[in-house]
Amino acid sequence: MSHSTTRTTAALGEAAHDPVPAIAGIPAAPIAAERARPAAGRFAPVAWARANLFSGWLSTAVTLALIYLIARWAIGFFDWAVLHAVWSVPQTEAGPDASACRDAKGVGACWAMIGDKYRFILFGRYTYEEQWRPAIVIALFIGLYAISAMRRFWRKELLLIWIVALTAIGVLMWGGVAGLEFVPQDSWGGLPITLILSTFGLAFAFPLAVLVALGRRSTAMPAVRMLCVLYVELIRGVPLITLLFMASVMFPLFMPEGFNPDKLLRAQVAIILFAGAYLAEVVRGGLQALPKGQYEAADALGLSYWKKTGLIVLPQALRLVIPPLVNTFIGFFKDTSLVLIIGIFDLLLAGKVAITDPVWQAYSTELYLVLAVIYFAFCYVMSRYSRGLEQEFRRTARR
Amino acid sequence: MSGAVVDPRLSPARAAPKKGLSLSWSDPRFRNIVWQVVILGAVAAVVWYLVQNTSRNLAARRIATGFAFLGRTAGIPIGESLIGYDPAINTYGRALLIGLLNTLKVAVVGVVLATVWGTVLGVARLSKNWLISRLAAVYVEVIRDVPLLLQLLFWYLVLQGLPAPRNSFHPVAGVFLSNRGIKIPVVEWEGPFWWALAAFVVGIIGTVAWSRTATRLQETTGVRPKVWPVAIGFLVGFPLLVWGALGAPFAVEMPALRGFNFTGGATVTPEYAALTLGLVVYTASYIAEIVRSGILAVPTGQWEAGGAIGLRPGTVLRKIVLPQALRVIIPPMTSQYLNLTKNSSLAVAIGYQDVVSIASTTLNQTGQAIEGIAAIMVVYLVISLSISFLMNWYNARIALVER
Repeated sequence: MSHSTTRTTAALGEAAHDPVPAIAGIPAAPIAAERARPAAGRFAPVAWARANLFSGWLSTAVTLALIYLIARWAIGFFDWAVLHAVWSVPQTEAGPDASACRDAKGVGACWAMIGDKYRFILFGRYTYEEQWRPAIVIALFIGLYAISAMRRFWRKELLLIWIVALTAIGVLMWGGVAGLEFVPQDSWGGLPITLILSTFGLAFAFPLAVLVALGRRSTAMPAVRMLCVLYVELIRGVPLITLLFMASVMFPLFMPEGFNPDKLLRAQVAIILFAGAYLAEVVRGGLQALPKGQYEAADALGLSYWKKTGLIVLPQALRLVIPPLVNTFIGFFKDTSLVLIIGIFDLLLAGKVAITDPVWQAYSTELYLVLAVIYFAFCYVMSRYSRGLEQEFRRTARR
Repeated sequence: MSGAVVDPRLSPARAAPKKGLSLSWSDPRFRNIVWQVVILGAVAAVVWYLVQNTSRNLAARRIATGFAFLGRTAGIPIGESLIGYDPAINTYGRALLIGLLNTLKVAVVGVVLATVWGTVLGVARLSKNWLISRLAAVYVEVIRDVPLLLQLLFWYLVLQGLPAPRNSFHPVAGVFLSNRGIKIPVVEWEGPFWWALAAFVVGIIGTVAWSRTATRLQETTGVRPKVWPVAIGFLVGFPLLVWGALGAPFAVEMPALRGFNFTGGATVTPEYAALTLGLVVYTASYIAEIVRSGILAVPTGQWEAGGAIGLRPGTVLRKIVLPQALRVIIPPMTSQYLNLTKNSSLAVAIGYQDVVSIASTTLNQTGQAIEGIAAIMVVYLVISLSISFLMNWYNARIALVER
């Protein structure tokens, strides 16, 4: 309460000295927004600090205490992560000699572990000589995300780009053609697995999600609607782990004898089914946000259901749901780490296995930090993108 | 499936001459029925195919279906349970019940702590102090963008990295932090406490009754009698009085180091602590954003208008601002509570025995994969449905009645 009071009086006080005279007919809001900005002047930083850091004795005390804590923590972290850190260790015939790391234990980080194991963490048990292939796959994925993010490519050709890229990824990972050595799925691992599970999950779940969302909004086919509701609510009501367990222990029971797809494919199916239910809700949000007039206009033109959906409804609705779609994708990207529980070599499990090496067992903190940075880098970029897009959409909608 | 959905607003106009269902492909109703039959038939065929495969596979592996295994002796060692358990005697059914209770223990504590911590963060994010709001923003951004599982593994590592009992951290009297978990003192529970608890319940009823009376008096006389002194009397004084009258027993059991381990007191295991901590830290980053948007959804003008009609700040908060903010907050908060509960299943990665962990051990031991997973699904569906039912009921209660 006191906050708002002070703000009001401050605004009034400023109004008295306002150099810009109020012009009749111009709404007050933009002027108020101008005013809310920190006072400009020769001592802008000082004025800013006084307003935002030291506005009262309590605020000053909190600021100082926080600055002290942050500084102490930052210095301690810098000491550990940079100053006293061990960056590399000598290689001996028996493997790396980690005595320098043992000496620095508790004082400095052991980045030498990452240096020694980074190939395993990134690519898992993939054939060592062939690891340039998963490296290209990672680059392809990043390129695919970058292209999909660009407005210029938001048209039908994007679908083609996705098909080509995903096929290329499959060829590179499996090999067996064009002189590439065949690498079985069992030995895939690391970051490509994380990217494959989440991206293929999205690519296959999306069409499913659109159909389910349309089915759930169908008024003329109650039976289909019930089926869609059942699917969505059942999947969303249980944790992903349940589905993964199902994929690993129940899926073999469902299949005819002799047909036993490998673990990665089973997990991928589980993730697609999981993603489908969540994406269906996102798409349904977009369908509901579309003004009724659009449906009515399409009907007035005498379009059939599929023409109406394909030409009028979906192009607009899907555009609306891109920001929440990216957010959902960030969720899947993080959730793929759960496949660790059923023993699939994603980034996290590859990292965990890398430090079962007796030499590096004691350096989990460093490993977790590096993995966190990798996950963070992907998720942060995506979330910034989706937020920017959301704001832009909101601006266009207001116009 | 062409022409599947006919807009309900148009259909009566279009189907002008009302007649019975004609068996012609040009009748949209007939087409819809045919398509629905086809789709349902296809789904049923797939299900039937899977069931056939499953029963053939089960027969080949000599696995009997059914829930008879719940009555067999479990033999699963369980580290912590709220109810008594002995692996040599007790059954799978009881083991699963313990798993369920462990899940609920994490979920309930997690929801409460995450709400508190998330609210603090959300308010901090709106602080006029730039440093506080930036820190809260950075926290939210960083925590959200790192997988929960990685965070749980990290917290578990931290808690396991604590020193052995002999060198344990000892921040305040009676609290020990070691790699065996967190030791805390417990108050020995005796008969009079039950009576004090009963008195507290009576106090709640009394407070509600007095508050209603106060409202009625306010409506008739225009003056609201003070409620809070009576409330304190009912809620604190009365239980204390009962407890004192019964001899005021009070004994605290302090944990103490004996040899290599602790005796006395209660233990919070590292697994439970890591799981709860991880879930709270993670979920709070989402709750913070929800709280922030809820607060921002109420314009400042509402505070000012409340003040202008002569209400006290507390009353403005309770009667004007909160009802509006909660309307924005409750629905997304519900889904966060559900997420926290579902995420508690990650316990299996750090060795906390929740319902998923125990069910997966059970299905490994007995081979009853379908029944085990069905049990997990039922448990989570029931929890999810109850939370959403509860929150929907609450939401309906606080929703503003719009004209």
